Amino acid sequence: MHTIGEMYLTFLKLGVVNFGGGYAMLPLLERELVDKRHWTTMEDLRDYFSIGQCTPGVIALNVSTFIGQKKAGVAGALAAGAGFLTCPIIIILIIAAFLTNFANYPVVQHAFAGIRVCVCVLIVQAVLRLWKSSVVDGFTLALYLVIFALHAFGGFLPAKIPAVILVLCAGAAGIIMATVKNKKNAAKAGAETADAGKEETK
Amino acid sequence: MIFLQLILQFFKTGLFSVGGGLATLPFLYEMSDLTGWFSHADIADMIAVSESTPGAIGINMATYAGFKTAGVAGGIMATIGLAAPSVIIILIIAKFLEKFRKNRLVEGAFYGLRPASIAMITVAGVNVAKVALVDLPAFAATGSFSALFLWKNIILGVLLFIGTRKLKWSPIIFIIISAAVGIIFQL
Repeated sequence: MHTIGEMYLTFLKLGVVNFGGGYAMLPLLERELVDKRHWTTMEDLRDYFSIGQCTPGVIALNVSTFIGQKKAGVAGALAAGAGFLTCPIIIILIIAAFLTNFANYPVVQHAFAGIRVCVCVLIVQAVLRLWKSSVVDGFTLALYLVIFALHAFGGFLPAKIPAVILVLCAGAAGIIMATVKNKKNAAKAGAETADAGKEETK
Repeated sequence: MIFLQLILQFFKTGLFSVGGGLATLPFLYEMSDLTGWFSHADIADMIAVSESTPGAIGINMATYAGFKTAGVAGGIMATIGLAAPSVIIILIIAKFLEKFRKNRLVEGAFYGLRPASIAMITVAGVNVAKVALVDLPAFAATGSFSALFLWKNIILGVLLFIGTRKLKWSPIIFIIISAAVGIIFQL
């Protein structure tokens, strides 16, 4: 029960500061869940983002649910999701009821110009941190560049390829490449044992 | 009855919008035409609001439309409707993943998914930088590079980059500082 309450409160806090889309949440999650609470690892977080990207719904909510489930089962998942949604719901209800031109106030615009710069920096830091464990060889580097190019400059193509399709193709490419590599390694290992066998018979 | 309709409509949106908040937009336009709960202008306003509040556009739109149609309870119902499909699907995948984490196919898929995932994160960063650090409309209008770069923002960005590396503060602190700097220096 303690964990469920803690789960709700943790994601309540994260929901308040989740500006600028799901990816901006990565550094916040790292700080709160990896460094402070040790609920998960940075590598697992990245994998949850990969999955959250190709399943329906808001990425940040998907990642929250994932962590909640892993740490405290279905109840944990619901607590994390509910915690994450609480603040956005309250804020929008207030805005819908009272502040019709909220986004046009100069003070709001200036504050968010500043926050956007911060979000940008936080995202760069997240990429730098995940680079080493994600881009591990020539194949993954090539995949990174291709996906970046297709996703960033998709507007120049006759039809923009949806992110889901890109992610699914990358997963398929990973499976094919890993299988090919495993076969090669197996063949190599086979050849080596055969050689070793020859040596021994000599 | 209206609650049920709200939940169903947003459940459908939540189920089919894959790839983050903006993927909900086509469904929201469709819903606007179908139900008249909110106008196209409302959607445009909600994009602006979502950029300046925490929370994703899909969630915010659900809350907003639900509230406009059926009050506070409506806002909460619609949001639950939107969130439900993704929560259910993630619960299933999380269970599945625990069992098959060491499976060779799953490992292979992640081998490809990881670089793709950080490529997407990089693009998200570039997209934010395009509005946070440079003024593309001004550059397109004048063609001068001095209009292109938002120098105050870039200086803040460099300071934040160094700060987030050197100081072990929570990102929340940096976000609050950035908002204050934005207001004080009129970014």
